[in-house]
Amino acid sequence: MTALSDTLARVRAEGRPALVGYLPTGFPDKQTAIDAMVAMVEGGVDIVEVGLPYSDPVMDGPTIQKAADAALRAGFRVADVFDTVEAVAATGAPTLVMTYWNPVERMGVDGFAARLAAAGGAGLITPDLIPDEASEWIESSTTHGLDRVFLVAPSSTDERIAMTAQASSGFLYATSVMGVTGSRTATSSAAPTLVGRVKQVSDIPVGVGLGVSNGDQAAEVGAFADAVIVGSALVARLLEAGSDTTAGIASVRALAEDLRAGVERARTAPDQTSADKGALA
Amino acid sequence: MFSSAASADQQRTTLPDEHGHFGRFGGRFMPEALIAPLDELERAWREAKQDPTFVNELDRMFREYANLPSPLYEASRLSERVGARVLLKREDLNHTGAHKIRNVLGQALLTRRMGKRRVIAETGAGQHGVASATACAYLDLECVVYMGEVDTERQALNVARMKMLGATVIPVTTGSRTLKDAINEALRDWVSTVDDTHYLLGTAAGAHPFPEIVRDLTRGIGDEARAQVHELTGALPDAAAACVGGGSNAIGLFTAFLEDADVRLYGFEAGGDGFDTGRHAATITAGDVGVLHGTRSYLLQDEDGQTIESHSISAGLDYPGVGPEHAYLAETGRVSYEPVTDDEAMAAFDLLCKTEGIIPAIESAHAVAGALRIVPTLTAELGRTPTILVNLSGRGDKDAHTAATYFGLLSEEDA
Repeated sequence: MTALSDTLARVRAEGRPALVGYLPTGFPDKQTAIDAMVAMVEGGVDIVEVGLPYSDPVMDGPTIQKAADAALRAGFRVADVFDTVEAVAATGAPTLVMTYWNPVERMGVDGFAARLAAAGGAGLITPDLIPDEASEWIESSTTHGLDRVFLVAPSSTDERIAMTAQASSGFLYATSVMGVTGSRTATSSAAPTLVGRVKQVSDIPVGVGLGVSNGDQAAEVGAFADAVIVGSALVARLLEAGSDTTAGIASVRALAEDLRAGVERARTAPDQTSADKGALA
Repeated sequence: MFSSAASADQQRTTLPDEHGHFGRFGGRFMPEALIAPLDELERAWREAKQDPTFVNELDRMFREYANLPSPLYEASRLSERVGARVLLKREDLNHTGAHKIRNVLGQALLTRRMGKRRVIAETGAGQHGVASATACAYLDLECVVYMGEVDTERQALNVARMKMLGATVIPVTTGSRTLKDAINEALRDWVSTVDDTHYLLGTAAGAHPFPEIVRDLTRGIGDEARAQVHELTGALPDAAAACVGGGSNAIGLFTAFLEDADVRLYGFEAGGDGFDTGRHAATITAGDVGVLHGTRSYLLQDEDGQTIESHSISAGLDYPGVGPEHAYLAETGRVSYEPVTDDEAMAAFDLLCKTEGIIPAIESAHAVAGALRIVPTLTAELGRTPTILVNLSGRGDKDAHTAATYFGLLSEEDA
């Protein structure tokens, strides 16, 4: 069992979905990003996704693009990711890196995997790498004991869902909508269907991402997902705070608390919500 | 024409392989959400190019609307000047002024065949945007063009052209606000609209099946030229040359000659201000292997794998990536890729204007410049005057301002 699988199993035993929080490395600066990720864990995030800022983030909406742009302009280097992972993993929360593929390939897939493992990282989420193209990563991740989180989407065929679930470890990332990252006012109706399709062919835990921005949405999504993934809403807290990094970190922590409360009440009937929340907190 | 390409394609096994790879290049580095749509596109394209109804309809459009096949022209005065027999494939005479009309008509017709009503496209300087808007007006499709904000300011006239043709132009304000960011934004649109929208990619790059589709649609350039050169000279050319940005006109020219071992093939990349300045777009000669916009190929990137902005006087060559089949042809050695600087291209531009009365696109001037450069070597190798086929991929109307500025022909208030 990897640290990621352990955490997912423990959370499942608690009768709730896991909360996964995303923030990019190096935004607004390296140390603030680390502090914000730690605050996110203290606020109740179970698993951390450390974003790797990239020049051409085709799967990201305006919020994450803006933060990644700012990090790159501020001098972000790929090596910063490993320091960040090390600092965040020290909290005990499994720490994954979410990255577009070219920076990994540029460093060398095995070299990247070795450094990530040495930093205590749990694995990679790869939004533009499909298992069909991933033979090198599958080999290196196995060698270094890292998890591979691939993605499925509402457009995925049943055959591709089965193949992708088979190639993944830790959890499978289900993108709840056909679209890019970003907060949305309503959670997706396609997501429960997609999770159901995965469940028919695999028992791998399913994390649902894209569009979750508050505790109520986390509760809604958590009712059918094994993990609730939140990115843009957290990044937005840092963007809104601007140069007031203390306020930004506090705001991230507050949102993490709200989201955690959301996943805590996700699996309970409405009339038991408050009692159960008390028992679990 | 397209029909010759469709029948030629059936006669031999061509790359890509079943996974969209050209050797170690190509493939699909795309969000999973787009994989099923790309599979559907691949199926639709392979059915369409075998379907006589589609092939005949596209041939009719090429003939009646796009002014194809384009003529082969013996550039006698230029030939005399440079000591080679220079034959120009006149894609500059096509409707909208470049080879690009082949690709956009084919993909627009495919869009209709797939039952989609909306087309999105990226554009750098605006040439592919104008071509896409043209095809969409002709085939009654909605057209949305993504264009970097920097480019919309530099190319206001092309923005106006697209609007005249009924397209919506969306300025892209993210990243470096140029072509690569326009592609990013088009992909972001596509992932949420793919049910009713086709992404009409403008070059032979991107995720499989785009490099294959664009090559199939542009390979008429080489198929036509091969027959035309043979008819004119009784033999095949000693060399064929094209400029390479993303690589659509070059792959269109080269494909017909790949198995003609005696025909040397040359791709000329944009050397910009020269290598030492770091300001160029010579992806194959100066880049490294990596992944960008859905495909593995050569690209301009820093040591962290972040994309580096390219530079060229020619907007159409100003792209930090290149089509994966070119990467493969470079690696196998079948095609030689060399950089041509802005200054070399502009000297050839001037020469073609003065000797032939042809104002070429600055992109195409790179091919002419490169062709002139290889004359001495070729002559020595062959022991006779070589015959060189050059793809004149587009006309220079769009570049009048850039060229006039370069040659100092504008008064200060005009420039």
